[in-house]
Amino acid sequence: MVLVIAEQRNGTLNRASWEAIAAGQQLAAGSPVTVAVAGAGSEQAAKELAAADVAGVIAVTGAQVEHYTADGWVAAHAAVVASVAPQWVVLPHTYQTRDFAPALAVKLDRALVTDCTGIKTVDGKPAFTRPMYQGKLAADVRPLGEAPWLVTFQIGAFRGDQAKRGASPANTRMDATVEAAAIRQVPEEPFQEARQAVDLSEAERIVAVGRGIKGPEHLPLAQALAEALHAEVAASRPICDSGWLPMERQIGSSGQTVAPKLYVAVGISGAIQHVVGMKGARTIVAINKDAEAPIFEVADYGYVGDLFEFLPALTAELKK
Amino acid sequence: MVQTLSPMKIAVCIKQVPTREWQPRLADDGRSIREQDASWELNEPDAYALEEALRLREAHGGEVVVCTAGPARAAMVLREALARGADRAIHVEDAALGHADAMAVGAVLAEACGGEAFDLILTGLQSDDQGYAQTGVVLAARLGLPHATIIMDVKIDGGRLRVKRELEGGWFQWVGMPLPAVLTIQSGINQLRYATLKGIMAAKKKEIRKAAPSAPVTPRVEILSLYVPQKSKRTEIVSGGPAEAAAALVKKLREDARVI
Repeated sequence: MVLVIAEQRNGTLNRASWEAIAAGQQLAAGSPVTVAVAGAGSEQAAKELAAADVAGVIAVTGAQVEHYTADGWVAAHAAVVASVAPQWVVLPHTYQTRDFAPALAVKLDRALVTDCTGIKTVDGKPAFTRPMYQGKLAADVRPLGEAPWLVTFQIGAFRGDQAKRGASPANTRMDATVEAAAIRQVPEEPFQEARQAVDLSEAERIVAVGRGIKGPEHLPLAQALAEALHAEVAASRPICDSGWLPMERQIGSSGQTVAPKLYVAVGISGAIQHVVGMKGARTIVAINKDAEAPIFEVADYGYVGDLFEFLPALTAELKK
Repeated sequence: MVQTLSPMKIAVCIKQVPTREWQPRLADDGRSIREQDASWELNEPDAYALEEALRLREAHGGEVVVCTAGPARAAMVLREALARGADRAIHVEDAALGHADAMAVGAVLAEACGGEAFDLILTGLQSDDQGYAQTGVVLAARLGLPHATIIMDVKIDGGRLRVKRELEGGWFQWVGMPLPAVLTIQSGINQLRYATLKGIMAAKKKEIRKAAPSAPVTPRVEILSLYVPQKSKRTEIVSGGPAEAAAALVKKLREDARVI
């Protein structure tokens, strides 16, 4: 039995929920899957989730789980786990999951494996593949101790459209009996800081720069290449943190997710937080001095060498 | 806004991780790295947590205590943090902590922080080695303290915290909570300072208190195997000098990939 904890806001499902259901179905290997979804709008989200081939969908409602808080989610989901009594608890590795799942694991006194990208069978039992050391290595790991074991899956590791549909499961509602005093966080309304003046998700071509560019004085090299390619300029997080490019040009888990025809990664090592934002690109070119950089794992074409020599040569070639 | 200024006792939990330039080599057991080949540094998100603590001390007064749970080699990052301005350090030392999972490290840190009555505990949102992104939240849950994660701004007023949580896709949210509390800090929350010669000299006189876990370190996750990941794509490397390689790449992008 697998419990999937889905995520929604105001009735709109986070699409990573469907990916978690796909992962949960694979892990269940035929045993029942139950989905729980909490918060204001959860009953509406539960209707959408009822399209999945699962045994049941539980909408977790109540005054203390109207809006997300870590304390509210831990208390409510501990009660769901007690009631469903699953072997496995599967969650998408979203920022919200990262905020409450470790505390849920402590409350249940159970193991939690985070940021997994795949499920394997080792010695007849499930094991989980996950990146380690910034994606330079991967590990097969297994949670220890008694069930239930909690597992989170990286965004994009499973395909939501491959979650099996069609069992028309029973939808139930569960009241979260959480005392108001038990919730210490007081959340305010979410907001967007920068007007997304640049919608990079619409760009056909993107030239993205990373730490390898060394300083803002070298950005014109990337800008010239972008101009020659009719591409937008984007960046990995450290470049925006340093203020060399505005935050709105950031690609990755904390920035925008893009799927252009062409993505040129310049001096980007390919940490997973970046790769999740661009691995949907049709053609990926990586330019990096380090032949072992993880970016080459997703690249179609690569140049290993000095970007300060290669970018001008590439721009000149395009202008011929 | 008028801020009530009362001194803060702040802990920063930090970790020693292999440097970004480190080329991984696997140990013979196939489940760990060859530590003798690694070069080490302060986990980057923890450096931002330390900087935030130093800024809070500058604004409110008080004390910044850095704490690590690691083997003997981890003392290096404590000295680094003391040189950057932390007041004293706690080193929970155990060889098994070098490769322990987040649940085990969080339990050990909770024990070390528990008796100190900190007003605020900061740590980075995740480590650049195992990257579980759990330790701060485990620590909070173990200590029974409220927490918030992936924080981009910290305000303290009248004994309460108001912090800016980063959500996905450019969204943010302010969250209030009482002190004491635990926060995990996002990289880029501030601009880092580096150790000065004066700081390095001053650090030599600062205390590093050693402690040992009261019980054996109990793993909750087993690493079955560690390996270089298989490529999901076959990468065609263009070779030659810059001009030659550029010509080859443009040809491929035009004629094979047809993306320009």
